[in-house]
Amino acid sequence: MTSVLLPRVRRRRRSGSDVGFWISCGLLALIAVAAAFAPLLAPYEADSVDFGAIWEGPSAQHLLGTDQLGRDLFSRLLIGAGETLVGPVALLALATVLGVAIGVLAAWRGGWIDTVLARVTDVMFAFPGLLFVVLVIAVFGKGPATAIVALALAYAPVIAKYTRSLALSEMTRPYIDAYRVQGLGGMTICLRGVIPNLLPPLVGYLVVLFGEALMSLATLSYLGFGAQPPSSEWGLMVQEGQPGIIQGEFLPTLVPGAAIAIVVIAVNVAGVRVADRLLAKG
Amino acid sequence: MTFAFRKLAGMVFTLVIASFVIFAAMYAAPGDPVTFLIGNPENLTPERIASVRAQYHLDEPMLVQYWHWASGVLTGDFGQSFQYHQPVSALLAARVPITLSLVAYAAVVLTVVGIGLGIVAAVRRGKAADTAIVGVTTLAASIPSFVLGIAFVALFAVELRWFPVAGAGSAGLDRVYALTLPALTLAITALAIVSRVTRQSMIEQFSSEHVEAARASGLRERYIVRDHVLRGAWGPIITMVALVIASMIAGTVAVETVFGISGVGSLLVDAINTHDFPVVQAVLLFMVVAYMIVTTIVDLLLPVLDPRIRRRTVSA
Repeated sequence: MTSVLLPRVRRRRRSGSDVGFWISCGLLALIAVAAAFAPLLAPYEADSVDFGAIWEGPSAQHLLGTDQLGRDLFSRLLIGAGETLVGPVALLALATVLGVAIGVLAAWRGGWIDTVLARVTDVMFAFPGLLFVVLVIAVFGKGPATAIVALALAYAPVIAKYTRSLALSEMTRPYIDAYRVQGLGGMTICLRGVIPNLLPPLVGYLVVLFGEALMSLATLSYLGFGAQPPSSEWGLMVQEGQPGIIQGEFLPTLVPGAAIAIVVIAVNVAGVRVADRLLAKG
Repeated sequence: MTFAFRKLAGMVFTLVIASFVIFAAMYAAPGDPVTFLIGNPENLTPERIASVRAQYHLDEPMLVQYWHWASGVLTGDFGQSFQYHQPVSALLAARVPITLSLVAYAAVVLTVVGIGLGIVAAVRRGKAADTAIVGVTTLAASIPSFVLGIAFVALFAVELRWFPVAGAGSAGLDRVYALTLPALTLAITALAIVSRVTRQSMIEQFSSEHVEAARASGLRERYIVRDHVLRGAWGPIITMVALVIASMIAGTVAVETVFGISGVGSLLVDAINTHDFPVVQAVLLFMVVAYMIVTTIVDLLLPVLDPRIRRRTVSA
């Protein structure tokens, strides 16, 4: 009896702990599709002002109500999803290109490149939180592009440090010597051998970083340093809706705020599983 | 002693580099530093150019300019604010106490609740309470502090009217009362990391030989937890609490903006919006110094508190 029951019990148990993972994946897929087709799905334009419909509650015309300018919240949320989600992807992509190049170079060459990387990382870690990013924004001005580049610069040394440690252990593997014996140059070995092998753990690390990157970028937009009006990026929506709170109009600020939190939670819940698998491969 | 000396020397070195980055950043801006510092082209009058040149000693070599600025900072002279037309040091003096009280309040909440939850989770490891604590704190860490803060204002200030909507109160108890929501916001998003480290560090101790020995000699569980498990677990916990408290100083930028508190965090946001670079430099320097002081103090204290630790460090 037990031999029949055990596998089933075990399977059910595992699917039980999978529930959070699959809900998160489903939610993220739904949000991604909604963001991709937002212009088709949104019932209104993101910036169509209607002074006759200011701060309306949820109704059939306005699913989530309207904001202080009578703009449809549901439409703004849908249309802003693209910018909110693509921003972190862009900044991590930029940071990864920079970080992997520097990290592999530091591991491969050692010497002064390695020393400079270590010093730069030290100085970056002396700036807690977003302060380095804020300095870059103070110098180059506000805007989504500056915010993304500044955050990418802040993440690049972190990724470089991680890549360096991965690359150092990768370089002790025998295939490197085999490539050398075949007469391949350092550049070719790095591009063909080392970097592809680093990708699974790196992607796992990036998945872990994504939620944090999204929160940082949304925080910058909330402070007015990232996305600028009339964008409906979610952090900016929270900022624009905040004055309504005193009048008891919570939805314009809490809806985009909750959307940010839900995406970050879903990414983290789903990401832990994905990252575990990818890191185990590395 | 050599350890302390090396730590302090390392801190001073990093501080010099960080302050140079903060100072020299204006040279990275496109165009002439004078046009960058003045910002609005309408203000580019000869008098204004002359006064900005004088304040930053722009006619001298860059390293000399840095020396003038850095030595001024050491004597408490951060220059003149372009926006408020008063010494930056006066602005800082008015706002630093508010920010420090906010961080101190949040630090107390974080330490008591974070370590408390970690202890409960470790003692009840594998049980429902453990799962709940880990789950809820992890969830809280996924909410950006500005979102949590606004939700708190909506619920506790506007809906229930328990707390003021904005501001830091006048002084004494009124200030503590007014800073409650902001301090909770700062602390809650950081609870997960502190309670997780506490839990992990204690669980490692639970399986160690000296705890086994204590248990075998028939000590009651609460004394085992207090005198054997916690005592051995302090190192990583203190390190993490210090690191989180140090980063809270930068976290005040978002939280002070949400709650309309006139501390240095919101001063930084205002200074960037009004293109007031002397103030930006001063606030950034203040935050970097505060961060480094907290982390270095812990580095110096840890070996005293726990002689097993010689090499673990938190500061850069």
